[in-house]
Amino acid sequence: MAILIGKNTKVITQGITGKTGSFHTVQCLDYAHGRECFVAGVNPGKGGQSFEGVPVFETVKEAKQRTGANASVIYVPPPFAAAAIDEAVDAGLDLVICITEGIPVRDMIRTRHRMRGTPTLLVGPNCPGVITPGAIKIGIMPGHIHKPGSIGVVSRSGTLTYEAVWQLSELGLGQSTCVGIGGDPVNGLKHLDVMKMFNDDPQTEAVIMVGEIGGSDEEECAVWMKSHMKKPVVGFIAGITAPPGKRMGHAGAIISGGKGTAQEKLAVMEECGIQITRNPAEMGKTLMKSLL
Amino acid sequence: MKIHEYQAKEILRGFGVATPRGVACFTVEEAVKAAQGLGASGPWVVKAQIHAGGRGKGGGVKLARSLDEVREYADKILGMHLITPQTSPEGQLVRRLLVEQGVDIAKELYVGMVVDRSSQRVVVMASSEGGMEIEEVAARSPEKIHKVFVDPAAGLTPEEAAGLARAIGIPEASVAEAVGILRALHQAFVETDGGLAEINPLVLTGAGKVVALDAKMNFDDNALFRHPEILALRDLDEEDPAEIEASRFGLSYISLDGNIGCLVNGAGLAMATMDIIKLYGGEPANFLDVGGGATTEKVTEAFKLMLSNPKVHAILVNIFGGIMRCDVIATGVVEAARQVKLKVPLVVRLEGTNVELGKQILAESGLAIIPAAHMADAAEKVVRAAGA
Repeated sequence: MAILIGKNTKVITQGITGKTGSFHTVQCLDYAHGRECFVAGVNPGKGGQSFEGVPVFETVKEAKQRTGANASVIYVPPPFAAAAIDEAVDAGLDLVICITEGIPVRDMIRTRHRMRGTPTLLVGPNCPGVITPGAIKIGIMPGHIHKPGSIGVVSRSGTLTYEAVWQLSELGLGQSTCVGIGGDPVNGLKHLDVMKMFNDDPQTEAVIMVGEIGGSDEEECAVWMKSHMKKPVVGFIAGITAPPGKRMGHAGAIISGGKGTAQEKLAVMEECGIQITRNPAEMGKTLMKSLL
Repeated sequence: MKIHEYQAKEILRGFGVATPRGVACFTVEEAVKAAQGLGASGPWVVKAQIHAGGRGKGGGVKLARSLDEVREYADKILGMHLITPQTSPEGQLVRRLLVEQGVDIAKELYVGMVVDRSSQRVVVMASSEGGMEIEEVAARSPEKIHKVFVDPAAGLTPEEAAGLARAIGIPEASVAEAVGILRALHQAFVETDGGLAEINPLVLTGAGKVVALDAKMNFDDNALFRHPEILALRDLDEEDPAEIEASRFGLSYISLDGNIGCLVNGAGLAMATMDIIKLYGGEPANFLDVGGGATTEKVTEAFKLMLSNPKVHAILVNIFGGIMRCDVIATGVVEAARQVKLKVPLVVRLEGTNVELGKQILAESGLAIIPAAHMADAAEKVVRAAGA
């Protein structure tokens, strides 16, 4: 089962011939069922060409019609990335995963507003992507550190997610699906949305939730989990030592007006019965204990 | 990106927001001349221009009743290290002044806007409690803050703006003017890709005019590519030199108070590395994310930056090589350590793609690198090394 993506997902790569897009497309093609899953690319002006055996189309709509794709991944540069999301939404795809970092917030506000009432789900932007180990990898994460299994991972960060996954794999705990929801302030799926999917997924037995300073997504998720979550969840929040008012690398990682601190998030999570750890080296171990 | 008050007022005037007449000055003479030009009788307000808020509390805003007082205050404020709740304890050197015409204040109000992450809309906030920190009002009397979450397609409507104006006690005769100002402020915020816009206080004058007595704006860094006119307002004197240097090399760097430098790939992992240093009893000296494509040049610059801080007694490199291979990073670290003639202990934790090769490169480098097996091991070792 897993969530969001599996070996039957058919993916369009938007920005397939760019530097980032072409590099990561090769990695994705080579991972598990990648050759069957990555069915099309889109790059305006490059329609009719092919990349690594993947046909390139002018538009997402055309790519969908010709290949039956139901998802897309976006590597388009920031000034044009929100328009690329719009195009995928207008084409009626089920899932859009936007890797691009640096999209203006105003563009994302407009794009999210346009998405209201549409069935399309957005992951990201500014995220590593989504992987269902052993089946399909959509994004820039290193495939080889993952193992198929039953632990769900949801995170706002890239390399910190790899750290969590690596700890799990080292302990022999495979993953059902790992979802990087991204580090931007205005984005698609939130911790809460992904947590609900893990809760309903028969393959997922427990979840690691990695958050960071800024916003209140983790708190909102925690409050819901208190009365609905049927599975053990381990939480870590990065940024206990982050100074207020400073943007810590991610556009969304900022304590503003005293709000969005790690302490505040951890307190709410703990109160809601989530097993938290303050030690990022012990995310895997803590999860293992929660399964006993 | 932040700008000065006088720059924010200039932008806002362009959108139709009324402000007091004023002139930016860099010397005492300019300040006196500016005051004369604004009107012979005064009063005038002499305001320190630094990027931090709370200037009044630190003595950076003075009401002058004569030209002599303008001279006196300008002389006092220019060149002072202004200490406010938002500056470092040493304060911020004042290099610019704003000299403005005094305003007859009948009532002080508040209006501000930011992006609300939950609703994914711009939220306009207004309050009758002008002159106070909005966080303070939110904590003490949240019912006094009125909010409108603006529909991105419709913008702030005249009805919504009028509702806010009445809610904060603007008299009926001045509501139309307030509506104009609120809508202009929202338009300015959207069109300039604002991150924050705040007018505190927005004042009602004795004559019933609505005027922005103060103005604070900052902007979405990711949108500056389409606002060269705003980028031109950047004042590097107000920023941390190390952070400016870092941005030149595509590094994300923030100075902290501790003595352990850390170099990490990825923002989340970089924060987690700071956290684990603290957890093991140490204090991080910086946040530093070298990003996804760290080259030898980038890593060398990162080392130089960390070492430019004399407080740094040890360095921790924590890299999770995903797409970036560990051997490439290891080569970069060795090269950088040689170039900067590293003298402080260096703990390196590598994991991920080609990790064995990476570790071999470090071991064979002949440098006194302390290898760490995992994050906790790394933190423990670097804290010990920094204390020694």
